[in-house]
Amino acid sequence: MEFISAQDIYFSYEEIEVGKKVINAVDGVSLEIKKGEFVALLGHNGCGKSTMAKHFNEMLLPDKGKVFVDGDDTADESKTFDIRKKVGLVLQNPDNQLVASIVEEDVAFGPENLGVPPEKIRERVDSALKAVDMYEYRKNAPFKLSGGQKKRIAIAGILAMQPECIVLDEPTAMLDPSGRDEVLSTLIKLNRENNITIVLITHYMDEAVLADRVIVMDAGKILTEGKPDEVFSQVELLKKHRLDVPQATELIYKLRGCGVNFDKVPLTDEECIKMLEEVLK
Amino acid sequence: MVRDITLGQYYPGKSFLHRLDPRSKIILLIAYLVIIFCTFNYLSLLLVTIFTALVIAISGVPFKTYLKSLKIVITIVIITSILNLFYGTGEPIWQWWIISVTANGINRAIFVTIRIICLILASSCLTFTTSPTDLTDALERLLKPLNKIHFPVHEVSMMMTLALRFVPTLLEETDKIMQAQKARGADMEAGNLFTRIKAMIPILVPLFVSAFRRAYEVATAMECRCYNGGSGRTRMKVIHMTKRDAVGFIGVALIIIGVFICNIMMKKVI
Ligand SMILES: Nc1ncnc2c1ncn2[C@@H]1O[C@H](COP(=O)(O)OP(=O)(O)O)[C@@H](O)[C@H]1O
Ligand SMILES: [Mg+2]
Repeated sequence: MEFISAQDIYFSYEEIEVGKKVINAVDGVSLEIKKGEFVALLGHNGCGKSTMAKHFNEMLLPDKGKVFVDGDDTADESKTFDIRKKVGLVLQNPDNQLVASIVEEDVAFGPENLGVPPEKIRERVDSALKAVDMYEYRKNAPFKLSGGQKKRIAIAGILAMQPECIVLDEPTAMLDPSGRDEVLSTLIKLNRENNITIVLITHYMDEAVLADRVIVMDAGKILTEGKPDEVFSQVELLKKHRLDVPQATELIYKLRGCGVNFDKVPLTDEECIKMLEEVLK
Repeated sequence: MVRDITLGQYYPGKSFLHRLDPRSKIILLIAYLVIIFCTFNYLSLLLVTIFTALVIAISGVPFKTYLKSLKIVITIVIITSILNLFYGTGEPIWQWWIISVTANGINRAIFVTIRIICLILASSCLTFTTSPTDLTDALERLLKPLNKIHFPVHEVSMMMTLALRFVPTLLEETDKIMQAQKARGADMEAGNLFTRIKAMIPILVPLFVSAFRRAYEVATAMECRCYNGGSGRTRMKVIHMTKRDAVGFIGVALIIIGVFICNIMMKKVI
C-alpha cells in the first residue's frame, strides 16, 4: 500500500522574474512511497528535491496535481496537523531546526506542540535521544555540538513526534565522513528496527545505494527510478545528465567498454573487489 | 572576543537553587534587587553582601563564571563610582581646583559599587541556575493574567526562547563574517569614529540578510514540528512550588526584614 502518493504535480515559486518563461521547480512528477520503504531521492542542486520534500508534509501545495499522505489529500486544510504528525521533515540546516537552548527541551518541542501529556513527553524524548545515540548529551547546548550531532538531535526532535515517515533533506551535506556514517547508520536502524518509512534526499550516489529504491530527479522531472542496481546500471543516461555513478559501478562500466565480461554491476567497493577477483582468477 | 558574553548561559546542576521553581526565582530576584537599593547604612549593606555571597556559594556554579559576568560591567561600575565620588554633598575633605571629595561622596561611591556588583551577581545566579526555556516558561506563567488585556504572552515568551537560543549562533556568525572581511583586507580598528562605523557596514549587511533568512527557515522548521501557537500545547517539565520554595521565600523575607530594621535603627549614611 502506498503511504505517500504524488499524482502529476507541478509547482513553481512565484518570485521568478517577470518576462522570463515560468520555470516549474517541480514539473509533472508522479511518485509513490510505500510504508516501511527506504527511498533515496537523488539529483543535483536545484533540481527540485527540497521543493518536492516540502510537498510531502504540506509545507507547500502543488499548483496542479494532488498529493496524498496515508489516503488524505494534502489540500484538505483540516488534515494539516495529522499529516505533519505522520510525515516528519528534517530540513537541511540543523542550526535552524533546533529551537530550544537545551538538547532535551528541543526534542520535547514537537510532542509539546501535539499536546502530549508531560510524563509521556519525557518517555518519548528519552527514547528518541537513545535511538539516535545522543542520550548523554541531553543537557547540552545545541550550539556546542558538532554538525553530525546536531543533525542527530534534529532527527530525534522529529522522532519524538512518533511519525510514520521521516523525510530528510540532505542530512549528510556539510558533514565529515564520520558524521555521515553516524547519520546514515541511525537512519538504517530506524528503518529496520522501528519500521519507519525513510525518504533520504541526497546528491551523494554512494548514499543512494543504501536505499531500497532510488528516484532520480533532474530539472523538476523524474529521470529514472528503480532498485539501486537497476538505476546505476544506466550509466549512460546518468552521465548525460551530469550525474555521477558510484566509483565501483563506473570502473566496471569502463572495463565492460574495454571488452571485459561482467554479468552485473557492483554498487559498493566490496562487491567490486569480489567481481574483479573472480575475473582475474 | 564576542563569545565572552555569558548572557543566558545555563550551568546544569542539582543545587538548591537549580531545583527552585523558576517562578519563585524570578519573584525572589525582583524583590531582592529592590532591597539591594534600599540599603542606606553599612550594616544593611553588609547583610546584603553576605546574603549574595551565600547564594553564590550554594548555587554550585564556579566562582570564575561569576567573575566573567562581572568583567563585562566593570567599566560601568568604575565610571559610576568615580562620578559619585565627586557628587557628594556636605563639607569637602579634599579639594583641588573645582574637584572636591566629601565623606558623603566616598560613601556613595562605595554603596554604588557594592550594589551594582550584588545586582549583577544575583541576576547571573538566576540565569546560571535556570535553563532559558524554564525561564521563559516561568515568565509566560507569571504574565498569564495579561492575556485578559490581549497581551500576547505566549508569543512574547516564545520570541524570548528563540532569541536566547540564537544569540550564540548569531554571535558566532558575526565572528565569521568579521574574519571573512578581515581576510579581504577590511580594516576595522583604524581611522576616526566615522570611518570605523562605516567599516561596520560590510559586517552588518550580511549579518542582517542571513538573520532574516534564518528566521524564515526557523519558522518553517517550527511549522514542520506542528507548532501552532500556544493553545493546546503541553510542557515536558511540570513546574510546581514545593517546600524548597517556601525556604527560599523565608530566606529573602528575612533579609528584607533585616534591611528594614537596620534602616530604622541606624542613621542614613547616603
Ligand atoms: N524560496 C524560493 N523562491 C524562489 N525559487 C526557489 C525557492 N526555493 C527554490 N527555488 C528554485 O526552485 C528550484 C528547485 O529548488 P530546490 O527544490 O531547492 O532544489 P534542490 O533541493 O534539489 O537543490 C531551483 O531552481 C531554485 O532556484
Ligand atoms: Mg535542497
